[in-house]
Amino acid sequence: MATSNVKNGMIYRISGPVVTAKGVQQPKMYDVVQVGDAKLIGEIIKLDGDSAIIQVYEDTSGLKPGEPVENTGRQLSVELAPGLLGSIFDGIQRPLDKIREESGDFIERGVSVEPLDKKRKWHFVPKVKNGSDVKTGMIIGEVAETSLITHRVMVPPGISGKIGGLKEGDYTIAEKIATVSGESGTSDLSMLQRWPVRMPRPVMEKMPPTVPLITGQRIIDSLFPVAKGGTSAVPGPFGSGKTVIQHQLAKWSDSEVVVYVGCGERGNEMTEILSTFPELKDPKTGKPIMDRTILIANTSNMPVAAREASIYTGITIAEYYRDMGYAVALMADSTSRWAEALREISGRLEEMPGEEGYPAYLGRKVAEFYERAGMVRVMSGEIGSVTAIGAVSPPGGDTSEPVSQNTLRVTRVFWALDASLANRRHFPSINWLNSYSLYYNDLKGWYAENAGSEWDSLYSRVMAILQKEAEINEVVQLVGYDALPEKEKEVLDIAKSVREDFLQQSAFDDVDTYTSLHKQMLMLKAIIAMDEAESRAVSRGVLVDQLQGTSAKQKIARMKLAKEEEIDAYYDSVAAAVNEIDQIMASKEKVIQ
Amino acid sequence: MSSVNYRSVKQITSVLLFVDGVKDASYNELAEISMPNGRKVRGQVLDTRDGLAIVQSFGDTTGMDLGNTGVRFTGSTVKIPVSTEMLGRVFNGAGNPRDNGGNIRAEKLVDINGSAINPYSREEPSEFIQTGISTIDGMNTLVRGQKLPIFSGSGMPHNRLAAQIARQAKLLNSDEKFAVVFGGIGINSEEANFFIKEFESTGAIDRTAMFLNLASEPSMERIILPRLALTTAEYLAYEKNMHVLVILTDMTNYCEALREVSAAREEVPGRRGYPGYMYTDLSSIYERAGKIRGRDGSITQIPILTMPGDDITHPIPDLTGYITEGQIVMGRDLQRNGIYPNVDVLLSLSRLMNQGIGKGKTREDHRGTADQLYAAYARGKELRSLTEIVGEEALSGNDRKFLGFADGFEKEFVNQGYDEDRSIEQTLELGWKLFSQLDINEMKRLKDEYIKKYGKWK
Repeated sequence: MATSNVKNGMIYRISGPVVTAKGVQQPKMYDVVQVGDAKLIGEIIKLDGDSAIIQVYEDTSGLKPGEPVENTGRQLSVELAPGLLGSIFDGIQRPLDKIREESGDFIERGVSVEPLDKKRKWHFVPKVKNGSDVKTGMIIGEVAETSLITHRVMVPPGISGKIGGLKEGDYTIAEKIATVSGESGTSDLSMLQRWPVRMPRPVMEKMPPTVPLITGQRIIDSLFPVAKGGTSAVPGPFGSGKTVIQHQLAKWSDSEVVVYVGCGERGNEMTEILSTFPELKDPKTGKPIMDRTILIANTSNMPVAAREASIYTGITIAEYYRDMGYAVALMADSTSRWAEALREISGRLEEMPGEEGYPAYLGRKVAEFYERAGMVRVMSGEIGSVTAIGAVSPPGGDTSEPVSQNTLRVTRVFWALDASLANRRHFPSINWLNSYSLYYNDLKGWYAENAGSEWDSLYSRVMAILQKEAEINEVVQLVGYDALPEKEKEVLDIAKSVREDFLQQSAFDDVDTYTSLHKQMLMLKAIIAMDEAESRAVSRGVLVDQLQGTSAKQKIARMKLAKEEEIDAYYDSVAAAVNEIDQIMASKEKVIQ
Repeated sequence: MSSVNYRSVKQITSVLLFVDGVKDASYNELAEISMPNGRKVRGQVLDTRDGLAIVQSFGDTTGMDLGNTGVRFTGSTVKIPVSTEMLGRVFNGAGNPRDNGGNIRAEKLVDINGSAINPYSREEPSEFIQTGISTIDGMNTLVRGQKLPIFSGSGMPHNRLAAQIARQAKLLNSDEKFAVVFGGIGINSEEANFFIKEFESTGAIDRTAMFLNLASEPSMERIILPRLALTTAEYLAYEKNMHVLVILTDMTNYCEALREVSAAREEVPGRRGYPGYMYTDLSSIYERAGKIRGRDGSITQIPILTMPGDDITHPIPDLTGYITEGQIVMGRDLQRNGIYPNVDVLLSLSRLMNQGIGKGKTREDHRGTADQLYAAYARGKELRSLTEIVGEEALSGNDRKFLGFADGFEKEFVNQGYDEDRSIEQTLELGWKLFSQLDINEMKRLKDEYIKKYGKWK
């Protein structure tokens, strides 16, 4: 931090969130500066001769040329220590509850609050012996941070040597818990680390993903799975349910830690998360899911530069928990707003624009962000992962625009949200023909082992039925339904069941909101069994019309609402009902004879 | 106020003044521009540097010159005097009274740009507002603190719909203080008169503050008008504990004005010439709706915009839809068929609906009934377009029932009178009546217990 006897820089120009300053002391790219008498937080994003161009994270109204600019000499960083979980931060890691205490219900400028509570004591338990050799990333002790997550305290990057002074006890995050003496001297360790947000945290190696992120969402788990450590894009026009999907994944996915970044979205949506998450229970442990969640909220009307930073703040925190060996999921809603923030700043800098006014470096920035996801061997040798799931909000739902295209180039799962499905209230409105998951082949082995050996054949059958339906529908457009052969009518009949009874899933129904993999498999098995029975019937001359209203159909339609603990019994009753179809066939044959 | 009156304007474009030699104008500062003929207009600093300030004039630049036109910087951002006396009054786009009621006594001066509500302080909107309109109450429920725009097209009755909502909107079992703040942005005098008459005839005028900028008046006032309206609304809601309904019409004119300034500044344009920051700018208007924990009042926003060429992917409706909590879309086909209000329910959405409905709020079967109405109507409409190709004869008997349902739905459920105020029970019963013409096995969105309780199958 610059001291008061050092000469400060001065504001020369203000244009929206971009401020030009002259005479800033030793300016370096991405240094954090304090702008104006109100000490607004900003970041140097361009240097030009004597001028430093600064993006300011707060509203610049009222700033004047001539006001001071002070360089802190460090980069935009986050504080990493126990106390992160359960918090809600703005884009530059200021806790919103603390801001409220400082400035009331409306966010005023120049509020300075500590990211983490420096007074709270945590019970620290050492996990290594005094005198042992430690190095970067090694876990030296643990803190029970919440009911769900044990915080593993690690040696900060760049430090190694013999550890001493470790003792079980209650400490604040800033207090010394140990010393490490190495070749480069002795350093004191506390539980608190700082890390610049724009720099990925180091890992030993990246590994190929082999385990799916189980979300309890049928179309995702069964047809378009994302791997732990994978990347996924969710583009869709407004009203297509992007946010609901992101919320569902944050609530139900089997990741151990969730970082949810609300980037330039609605204030009431963040409030909804704040009011619903604490009441929700983790399906496996029954503990409140807020205990594993970190929220970052920079709503659309909060300063645009902080929106740009929020994505990086989020992924840095995600990497930190990954380094402890956890499976972390990061949801970013919406990356388009982040790209727009880039565009706005770029425009103010009068940079030569690329496509649609976005800066030419948009593609690089998007790729850099998603590259920070992955399944990795962390510095301590454990396995951790960050799964990155980014919503994209293409103008008019047209994914040919630059943000969608740059995202699709780097992500390996594409959940294409479809306005026409959403308009019909088919949710989740993931279009099964356009979406894809490039992880499916990597994950096949896991599914066969954990969900059942017939998984792959069920998957192929269902995909084939949906494909076939699309082809037949084109014919229907020309000749009408009645002109179809019965065999094809039967495909349409089953496809309808796949769509309505399996793919459609209500996020707002207590039972339907989460479906275990086992139940998903039974549901698919039931539908495929019905398909086989109906095909047999049709091939013996039964009309598809005669197959309507069977009890098998009705039971399958209600199967999504059957409770997890009753699902095996329910499946048996469906299987019995499917057998009745063969009896219908037999009776029809008798009539013919 | 700074005493320096700069006479160093070196360039004037349609809306911008470039003032030379200014040392310390602050960003977003209010400026006062005095013309040679003595007329004064207000402006705002858009860009300031050591030696130059760019000022956007809120008034007409006709008659301004280089040399005699003076610019004075006031040392504060644009503020509006607020008071409960504003109810029952009409103001212009500069915030001055345009009726003959004289000046108001300000209780407070407030910055019109407001501050973002801390998401942590917000309260989730969850109180059902009954508008008496079936397509809204039944299928796109409005809740207190929501921002729900009307996406309309030229020549459609969006003003009538907005007026009907303002007249009929009420909370069930409640008699709390309410107020209407109306912002008319670049509308013509007939539209303005329609709303004034409407509010007068229902007596709502005494609870209404109106801000009007007519089509003939300076376009730059359109940029501050919604902010004046919302600042007033925030004062009434959060300091005077009122439930405020804000109607802003027409947001398309607002965006046009925004584009005009952007073009004058020679900024890099985004889609269709609209500035790249339009999303952020619009959000600074729309996000000023909501409820705050521990405060009684609320702001519910109904912005109206006309979609150029009925195109919902146009940047104005598109960016709006990404910020607001749903949208009510008016359909051209329905209007041609003489249906009022011509709400196209398939394109419409209320994101906060689930919070405001169900047992204890509306009725237990509300969600399922709405979903079933959507699903059945969507299927009916799909079949309707299919029959245009293959004829009705090619449809199965079951499909024909859906076709009939879609017609009945439009004529009986969507269609209603301008003075018809339907209760939520009436709306839901109407839905169940329509279901009875369909096969009961097709009712996949309805729970068995509700079918037993409310079903009208013989």
